[in-house]
Parts: sequence; structure tokens; C-alpha cells
Amino acid sequence: MVLDWQVFLSDDGSGGRTYLVWMCSAWLSTLAVAGTAWIVAVLFGSFMGTLRTLPSNPWLVRLAHAWVELFRNIPLLVQVFLWYFVIPKIFPPFQKLPGFVLVVFALGFFTSARIAEQVRAGIQSLPKGQRLAGMAMGFTTLQTYRYVILPMTLRIILPPLTSESMSLLKNTSVAFAVSISELTMFAMQAQEETSRGIEIYMAVTLLYAVSAFAVYKVFAWIEKKIQIPGFIVAGGTGGGH
Amino acid sequence: MLGLDFSFVSWDIVQNFIVKGLLFSVYLTVVATVLGIVFGTVLALMRLSGKQALMLPAAFYVNGMRSIPLAMVLLWFYLLVPQIIGTPIGAETSAIMTFVAFEAAYFSEIVRAGIQSIPRAQVFAGQALGMTYGQNMRLVVLPQAMRNMLPILLTQTIALFQDTSLVYVIGAYDLLKGFSVAGKIYGRPEEAYLIAAGTYFVMCFSLSWLAKRVQMRIAIVR
Repeated sequence: MVLDWQVFLSDDGSGGRTYLVWMCSAWLSTLAVAGTAWIVAVLFGSFMGTLRTLPSNPWLVRLAHAWVELFRNIPLLVQVFLWYFVIPKIFPPFQKLPGFVLVVFALGFFTSARIAEQVRAGIQSLPKGQRLAGMAMGFTTLQTYRYVILPMTLRIILPPLTSESMSLLKNTSVAFAVSISELTMFAMQAQEETSRGIEIYMAVTLLYAVSAFAVYKVFAWIEKKIQIPGFIVAGGTGGGH
Repeated sequence: MLGLDFSFVSWDIVQNFIVKGLLFSVYLTVVATVLGIVFGTVLALMRLSGKQALMLPAAFYVNGMRSIPLAMVLLWFYLLVPQIIGTPIGAETSAIMTFVAFEAAYFSEIVRAGIQSIPRAQVFAGQALGMTYGQNMRLVVLPQAMRNMLPILLTQTIALFQDTSLVYVIGAYDLLKGFSVAGKIYGRPEEAYLIAAGTYFVMCFSLSWLAKRVQMRIAIVR
């Protein structure tokens, strides 16, 4: 078996664009989907995770719980189909949204359920004394969360958040199913057109691995930056994708 | 209601399209879980062996698998395996091989954490009784580790079941495909996807409820 890397320099039939250029733009869309979905996921995830720990607010706790169960128990690919096909049919205004936005919602909400669980676990792992100390200072619930609980939680959940963010990056590959031109879509199409599947797949696999490693490095850097001396947090556990 | 029409649903559809897909999804989940745990345990023992020649390849395999998307691994196997063995294999066979290989990497991390959760004194006690490495692992460490791991193994199995829907990428016929084919034939794809989502939700929700029960029951009292 001889590898032929020239394939990346050949024209992809769309007039003057090589497969290399196509792959790079696919990589950019993968990163764009992952980045935007990450913002959605972190916003909704930390909000819902926080709601689940609120004292004396059973309905908000239940709402957040339902959110988590809903988005956690349906496969991501099915959720992508729901956003792409079903929701625009039920709510016509969604028909105007580009596929990119719908996929970002699907990925973002799916991941938000998992982040909410991490945030909840992080908040609940704090000693009770932290919350009580906030109350003793005369803080309102909002202030207790803002100044005492959430800053600690952020540091606790960084390790699991790191692996969740890497999962999110890998999960962008489901966007192929609704024809978003990202890396997996590129791999499938370019393989079919050129029959040089091995070279194409190798390059795409490498790009995924490099991106995942970059995410890891960024989070390791953040973790180091916001570390509180003398406060050691145990690492996250495995599992999940 | 909302422009949806579920009147096409009938027992015939379930029999002709859904059952076949459901059976494959369940079969894929069971095979990948059982073989994934077996190979995952081997990988974990390699990584904990303390011998470079075993640790490095296992670490490379596990970290490599964990850094690429499942969809890409499915594509790789579907492309490569027929070229290596010289005969074409179906999408279903290819999916089973991929899932075993892929999940072994994830299960190995769970098993590794489980083994490391066993206090060193347990190993020393086994050694003091004159047990070999194999006996020590089989009779002392792994039984306790497996018990500690059971809840997270179950969680992983639920995630695995959800991931089986990704065989879509190579066109294997699973539960989701069953719904999507039925939806296309009857011209009601949106409704079919909604029912698919409901089916997956009920199954995964009940399984995670079960996992929680197991977790409460088997917690070791020390």
C-alpha cells in the first residue's frame, strides 16, 4: 500500500479549490461549531446546575432536573435530527435559521445537561460551612453564590469540564448528518471522490487529535492561572465520551 | 396538533422496521460492553504493570482512541478492515468490531481507576498469603474493583447505547435507522424522529434509574 499525499493538492472539482483548502475550511467549521456550542453549553449548564442546588426552591430544582434528564437521555444524533427537522416544522420561525445555528443548539444543549451535572456535583461537594459562612456574613443567596460558592466551584469543576470540552469537540462530528461541511463530512466526501481514503482519514484524524490536545492545553493553562495556593482539588473521574 | 400526524403508526411498522433495528442496537451494546470490559481490563492491567514494553503501547492505544470521534473510528474500520482481510464485510460487522475496539479504551480507564481505588494493603495481604500476581488480581483486587466500578460501568453502558446511533455514518441498520426508514417510506420523517427520541429517552431513563438503584444497593460498607 503506497500513500499518495499529492491528493491534497488536486482540485476538488469546484473550480480552483484544492482538497487541502477544503480540509482547512472544514477544520475551521469544526472549531466554529465547537466554540459556539461550548458557549451555549457553559451558559445553560452552569445556570441549570446552579438552580439544582438552590435551597428552598423545589420548583426551580425540578425544572433544572427535568432539563438535565431530557437532554441527557436522548442520543446526540437524534437531538440533531430533532433540531434540524422536527423543530422547524413545529415552530416555523426556525426554518429561517441556518443549519449551523441549529447544530450549535443541539450540541450546546446536549452538553449543557452534562455540564449542569458537573456544576451541581461541584457545588454539593463544597463543605456546608461555606454556605453558612456566607449567610453569617449577611449575604443574600445571590451574593453567597456570587462571592463564595461559584468561585470555589469553578476551580473544582475545571478537570471534568476539560474532558467535557474535549468531548464536545469530538461530538461536533455528528454535524455531518445534516450536511454541515465539517471535518467528518469532508472525510466522507473526499474519500468517495478521490478513493484515497487512508490519506484523507489520517489527515482528519490528526486534526481532531491536535484540536483535542489544544483544548487540553488551554484548560491546563487556565487551571494553573486561577489556582489558589494550598487549595488542592482531586482530579475528575473517567467515563463519558 | 402542531402540524404533526401520528396516524401512520401501526403494529406493522414496528414489526417491519423497528424490531430489526432495536435488536441490532441492543446486540451491539451487549457485545461491545462485554468484550469492551474484557479487553479494557487487559489494557488496564498492561498500563498498571510497571513494564514499559506493556505500558507504552496500551497508553498510546487508549489515549489515541479517546482523542478521535467515534464517527471517525467507524469510518476507519469500515474502510480498512475489508482491505486488510481482503473480503468486504457488512456495515453491521464493521460496527461491532469498531465498538469493541473503541469502547475497550473507555472501559480500560474505568477499570484502571477501579483497580487504583483498592488500597495497596489488599495487594500486600495477598502477597503475604503467597499468592501469585494472577491469583492476587483474580481473587483479591478485581472482585472488589468491579464492585466499586459497577455504577460507572452501567453509566458507560447507557452512553454506549446512545452512541450506537452513530452507526448511521456507515449506514448500518440500527434503531434510529429503523425509524428514519419508516418515516421516509410513510412520508412522515419528523414524526418518526420524535417517536425515536421518545423511545431512546424511555430506555435510557429507565436504565439510569436502574443504575442509581444499583449504586445505592452495592455501596460497600467499610
